[in-house]
Amino acid sequence: MSILEIKNLTKSFGKTEVLKGVSFSMEEGEVVSIIGSSGSGKTTLLRCANFLEKADSGQIFLDGNLFYDGQDKKKISPAELRQKQLNFGLVFQDFHLFPQYNVIDNVMLAPLLLAKEQEDYKQNKKEIEQQIRKNAEEILDRVGLSDKLNNYPCELSGGQKQRVSIARALALKPRILFFDEPTSALDPELTGEILKVIRKLASEHVTMVIVTHEINFAQGVSDKIIFMADGVVIEEGTPEEVIQNPKNERTRHFLHKMNEK
Amino acid sequence: MEFQSIVSSLFEGFYVNCFIFAMTLLMALPLGLIISFGSMAKFRPIKWLTKTFVWIIRGTPLMLQLFVVMYAPGILFEIPINSRMTAVLIAFVINYAAYFSEIFRGGIESIPRGQYEACQVLGMTKSQAFFKVVLFQVIKRIVAPISNEVITLVKDTSLARVISVAEIIMCAERFTKKGLIWPLFSTGIYFLIFNGILTLLFGYIEKKLDYYKG
Ligand SMILES: Nc1ncnc2c1ncn2[C@@H]1O[C@H](COP(=O)(O)OP(=O)(O)OP(=O)(O)O)[C@@H](O)[C@H]1O
Ligand SMILES: [Mg+2]
Repeated sequence: MSILEIKNLTKSFGKTEVLKGVSFSMEEGEVVSIIGSSGSGKTTLLRCANFLEKADSGQIFLDGNLFYDGQDKKKISPAELRQKQLNFGLVFQDFHLFPQYNVIDNVMLAPLLLAKEQEDYKQNKKEIEQQIRKNAEEILDRVGLSDKLNNYPCELSGGQKQRVSIARALALKPRILFFDEPTSALDPELTGEILKVIRKLASEHVTMVIVTHEINFAQGVSDKIIFMADGVVIEEGTPEEVIQNPKNERTRHFLHKMNEK
Repeated sequence: MEFQSIVSSLFEGFYVNCFIFAMTLLMALPLGLIISFGSMAKFRPIKWLTKTFVWIIRGTPLMLQLFVVMYAPGILFEIPINSRMTAVLIAFVINYAAYFSEIFRGGIESIPRGQYEACQVLGMTKSQAFFKVVLFQVIKRIVAPISNEVITLVKDTSLARVISVAEIIMCAERFTKKGLIWPLFSTGIYFLIFNGILTLLFGYIEKKLDYYKG
């Protein structure tokens, strides 16, 4: 059964129809990359999936269960949305780290706040907090930042910041981790370290959806590629299908343009 | 008149200034935060009401506001204000809350939306996002403008004399009538020392908050 299925998602801003019925599905442990030209609605799709925007219509299914229905969007309470949100993590293009907290606190903040809602928090405060710290340290080790635990975001390079933000999202153990152009805000020489981290996560079978302009990277890391244009999915399939042998004229045109760059 | 009794009489006056200062600060800061929420409200009528209120308070002299608070209730509603100090505090708190609210609003609105969105996707509630993430960044950004207002407040406390509250300058003027001018001039020293301490204090706070950039 698909871990995630998105059906006919639509979203308009005023009169601009940005998503015109986007559908796709993915399996647990898969990596899906979304490519497409600027303005095609990739960011909007991720924002809808993470409830930063509410899709106007269409459904999102998690493990085959109806998870979000555009028709009922007014009925969902903020608390309910929050609970659902925790199944997903989102890594932003420009990090959005919390500048006043050091690296480890950036990673620990959300899990700590969440732990306070547990019934046994008061009795087991010490152990729970130790567990959260241990978990955060492990994750930061995974992204190669063990030596930066006590640094502040302003003391880090762009690539390091992005790795902190990946760690911050992982700390909540999301079922699916979404990335919105994780390397676009970085100097070219820093993109490699992020791509390496994502490749490593892929080898650990973290379920990921990645919006990216790095076609070669997407080809290497993805189980599935989705090409979007004008708010719809134009073509989807394995990297061999979509990137080596695109069927659609628009896909070919887009890949050709990307190659020239 | 001997020197010591003049100085101690000035100290008594300055105590009044300090009292007005402390009480105003204590009440105007939280009230200012509430007003700033009003001026950022999504519900338009509240927003415009608050903005009009702030515009009136910031657009008219504090001295005039002191007179209005002192005399208007008695004239309009026949409920005279029985304590001059109460009138002073009402006028000062409202006036400074209006100024503070604009500083808070500017500070809160200057925090990028990405900070809230990051909180949301990390499963925080709106109030957790505000108190655990945004508020501190706001404080860092507003310390400098707040410190300006606070220093102005110290000097403004002398306006209380226009409705005959015996603050330091009013006390000193009593000696002027008796032919002694130096007490009046010496009041400047009190203000200077007080503001000197505040400047050091705010400098210290700014430095403490300077451990990160952004
Ligand atoms: N909040 C908004 N209000 C109005 N229009 C918006 C809003 N967000 C996005 N849009 C519009 O929706 C369209 C799609 O935007 P989106 O950011 O999803 O594209 P994208 O595929 O992520 O592009 P890029 O590759 O440049 O990041 C654009 O035309 C954009 O102007
Ligand atoms: Mg985008």
